[in-house]
Amino acid sequence: MAEPVLLLEGVFKSYGNGVVTEVLKGVDLRVERGEFAALIGPSGSGKSTLLNILGLLDRPTRGRLTIAGEDTTHLDDAGLTRLRGRTIGFVFQFHHLLPGLSAEENVMMPMIAATGRTSKEMVPRARRLLERVGLGEKAGSRPNALSGGQQQRVAIARALALDPPLVLADEPTGNLDTKTADQIFEVMREFNRELGVAFLIVTHDPRLATRCDRTIDLVDGRIVSDQRRAGT
Amino acid sequence: MPISWFLALRFFREGRLQSVLIVVGVSVGVAVMVFLSALIDGLQTSLVAQTLGTQAHVVVRPPDEVARPMLASSEAVAIAARVERTAQRSRSIVGWQQVVEGLSAIASVTAVSPTVTGPAVAIRGNATRAVVLYGVDPERFAGIYPIRQRMVAGRFEPTGTGCVIGRELALDLGVGEGDRLRLGSVEGASEVYTVAGVFDLGNREVNRRWVVITMRGAQTLLDLVGGVSSVDLRVRDIYSADAVATDITARTGLIADSWMKTNAQLLVALRSQSSSSQMIQFFVILAVAMGIASVLVVSVVQKGKEIGILRAMGVGRSSVLWVFLIQGAMVGLIGSVIGTAFGTGLGVLFAGMVRNADGSPTFPVTVSLALVARSAAIAFFTGVFAAALPARSAARLDPAVAIRNG
Repeated sequence: MAEPVLLLEGVFKSYGNGVVTEVLKGVDLRVERGEFAALIGPSGSGKSTLLNILGLLDRPTRGRLTIAGEDTTHLDDAGLTRLRGRTIGFVFQFHHLLPGLSAEENVMMPMIAATGRTSKEMVPRARRLLERVGLGEKAGSRPNALSGGQQQRVAIARALALDPPLVLADEPTGNLDTKTADQIFEVMREFNRELGVAFLIVTHDPRLATRCDRTIDLVDGRIVSDQRRAGT
Repeated sequence: MPISWFLALRFFREGRLQSVLIVVGVSVGVAVMVFLSALIDGLQTSLVAQTLGTQAHVVVRPPDEVARPMLASSEAVAIAARVERTAQRSRSIVGWQQVVEGLSAIASVTAVSPTVTGPAVAIRGNATRAVVLYGVDPERFAGIYPIRQRMVAGRFEPTGTGCVIGRELALDLGVGEGDRLRLGSVEGASEVYTVAGVFDLGNREVNRRWVVITMRGAQTLLDLVGGVSSVDLRVRDIYSADAVATDITARTGLIADSWMKTNAQLLVALRSQSSSSQMIQFFVILAVAMGIASVLVVSVVQKGKEIGILRAMGVGRSSVLWVFLIQGAMVGLIGSVIGTAFGTGLGVLFAGMVRNADGSPTFPVTVSLALVARSAAIAFFTGVFAAALPARSAARLDPAVAIRNG
């Protein structure tokens, strides 16, 4: 069996000192390279907490998380930051582009973060990615000059800047109309097929979830169902 | 370009109005510092220069005479005596030529002038004025006082029976260059002198009292043949005069008084002025620091979400820290450049506005390179230190919380 891009083993997460709230109650999850999975569940089921842990933005209280073959249990903050930058791309619901930077600079940002400095060699890759999402001519535009759909395309290009094996998308179409949401979904799907990037998409949209190859259902901090579509 | 610089410049440009306002604030603060320091430095330099224009930095004179009572006492006889202080007569420094030679060899001493000085009267017709005779070697004397540059008539050449007097005395006696007057000492000796020149040392009392003649002439009139009553010194650093005087006393046993001792009140006033200036500057720096810190604190709050996103993309805590430190430094640096230029311009404008009768500025302003460098450095480091706290809180932001809450 190939090495998973993401491996979660018996992960628990609880908050609070006096009154302890257990949000994740023993989650096991394995995501292979090239998978296109949806994470669904009702509000308060622990999706955001799980996504934060998978994105190395938070640590589990118990359990083990392995990203791209690297056990994260004993990594310090700098180690987690380095691993996150190199292996995980993020797409947020509200795109979260940096308003002071152009679309091109936003796409370059993960590359700048990884090398610690700006470089002219980063520009062609950023341009190529913007062209792939159909925004080649908007490279110099600031986010506030772009529509919601265009901003989300830039965010997808940014998530793929370092060619990561995994992209975590938190409600990437939640703020878009149906037509634009479909377009964004298709962009992600294309990258998944062409580049073999694994996508784990948190969504409330059942229409979107059913179009993914795999649907993971999280309820009350536990994975209650994990279904793969036939033929995937 | 390093990532911290790249982001700092973008954030600085993005918050344009905030950046401009804080830079203006820092500039005004630096301008106040530069202007105030330049004005006070200028006033103090001018005051000290005026004071030292008519004073030697150090005056060396013979030790005071003390009474030595010759009372024989024994166990059987107790003597109650009141010893009165001896009246000080005009005396010469013993071996003054060697003393002058020794003083000239001191590295910090730049000029030495042996002087024969004592009270006298100047008489012209029915007018009589009490004066102070200065018997000097003209070359050496000119090394102590800027008298050659301050001649208003004739030349500073007290030779033979030629004397040089001050402007007020010349007016009082109604004499000018080439006129004659009689100089008489309290010992009864007198001689007729021709006025070779008239000086104006900028001090009315000095201009009214000083009469400069040759050493030999003064020795004769003051009955101090072959002797000198004091040795005047000029030192390289005026504020080392006290130390030089103490050293001379220790070496020679003579009395050495520095200008700092004889003008103690002036020095106290100057120090008080400096303290006030420093106090004002301290509060200006404090206000500047608070301004920078508050703007950056607001910036950190505003950019919380962006910082979270950057951290999610792999930007390390130290890079985030540096982004805000660099912003603080940039504000300090730009503010210091503008503020220094503004403060200097203000000083020059102020100095040119009000002038004395002789054309010199009433409020002299001294803008030195050291002052500019000091102000710029203070503004720069204030910017960095003021940014430290907000930078630290930015670096500590939890990316998940920052993204969620913004």
